[in-house]
Amino acid sequence: MQKKPTTLLALDIISLILLGVSTYLALVFAPTEAVMGEVQRVFYFHVATAWVGMLGFIAAGVSGIVYLRTGDLKWDRVEMAAVEISLVFFFITIVLGSIWARPVWNTWWTWDPRLTTAAITELIYIAYFMLRQGIEDPDRRARFGAVYTLIGAVSVPITFMAIRLFRTIHPVVIGTESAEAQGGFNMTSDMKLAFFFALFAFTVIFIDLFWNRIRMGTLADKVEQLKLKVMQ
Amino acid sequence: MAEQTITTTRTKAKSNYWKAIAAIAWKDLAAELRSRELISAMLVFSLLVILIFNFALELDITTRRTVTSGVLWSTFAFAGTLGLNRSMAVEKDRGCLDGLLLAPVDRSAIYFGKVISNLAFMLIVEAIVLPIYSVLYNVNLFQPGLLMVILLGSIGYTTVGTLLASMAVQTRTRDVMLPILLFPVVVPILIAAVKASGGYLTDAPMTDILPWLNLLIAYDVIFTAIAFMVFDYVVEE
Repeated sequence: MQKKPTTLLALDIISLILLGVSTYLALVFAPTEAVMGEVQRVFYFHVATAWVGMLGFIAAGVSGIVYLRTGDLKWDRVEMAAVEISLVFFFITIVLGSIWARPVWNTWWTWDPRLTTAAITELIYIAYFMLRQGIEDPDRRARFGAVYTLIGAVSVPITFMAIRLFRTIHPVVIGTESAEAQGGFNMTSDMKLAFFFALFAFTVIFIDLFWNRIRMGTLADKVEQLKLKVMQ
Repeated sequence: MAEQTITTTRTKAKSNYWKAIAAIAWKDLAAELRSRELISAMLVFSLLVILIFNFALELDITTRRTVTSGVLWSTFAFAGTLGLNRSMAVEKDRGCLDGLLLAPVDRSAIYFGKVISNLAFMLIVEAIVLPIYSVLYNVNLFQPGLLMVILLGSIGYTTVGTLLASMAVQTRTRDVMLPILLFPVVVPILIAAVKASGGYLTDAPMTDILPWLNLLIAYDVIFTAIAFMVFDYVVEE
């Protein structure tokens, strides 16, 4: 059994601390927003989790291409970890976004470009895992995963641009006017601190989770190999 | 003399490539001409989908013009998955794919051959559905702009669909896998095709339609290039 590297252990602890500090900054330290009130605090985590989702998305695309070029299964584990993390964090983003949207926009959901693209990205991730589950051979599984990740990674930005074009040419007001007003707000310096700290904290959390998940994938593969040896 | 031999070998290899694509496409088309199972299945399914849409949406005179493009493309998308599934499943079941892979020809030729035959099936079905829809709903669907959009959209759809169908058919869940893989990725085509078709049907100005046509062409080019580069990895043993 391999022991967890001390760097990783340290990173675990640092991530927890950063999460705690970020929570404090977002929920207590930052001033209450004038128009939206307390619910605006969700914004700090909403953007941070979306940022982590994006990091995962890019990591998945890149490692997919690297796997296809090198054939080294390590990159397949990296890709799977990235997709999993991105799936979970985009889901958190969507839920937090809905929580924010309901009191501010008077609707849980709109079909604006970012939300629709987020939903489609989640569906692509789910399709990715369903594809992998249906294949026995690890090499083929890795290849198909990488191909689908590449196709998904290219199609998502195109989808975003297409929907944005769709909405610009045919602006549709869904719900009350405030939904299309795109509630922006100015951030005071305290808010900016909470915001950027949340981004930083979640980046560290991403690296920690990513490393842990890759390590888990490596160990899982080792278990598979040992199982095959025993069965023969 | 040496240069002549090199040129001849290169041109021979190139013509082999095109011959291979033509052979594979012709094999599928010939098989389909004899059995007609694929096209009849896709056709009947399309008509049933249009029937269902008749009850699902209120297709009165005023809404018809705006909603027609959506109904058409939904129908084509669903019927398309039927065709793609059957086309690749037949290859796998009868061991044709293994035979093709043994042939001394570039793997991408197999891909392009399949795309051409799948595209042909989809276009044939569309060619039959369009007049029927025109008659049933008293809408003139024979405008050159609309036909071009249908061609471009079908190309994009079959390009990605053939690649994903090659993968889906090798999984445990087979037929069910293709729509799950295909639909999220083919969204830009559906958006652009619906918008462009709708534009032509409602006589919108060209400036409104052009961005959608550009998107369709860009998508077709990008994904043909990607599929060409990646098909080897999908059929490798």
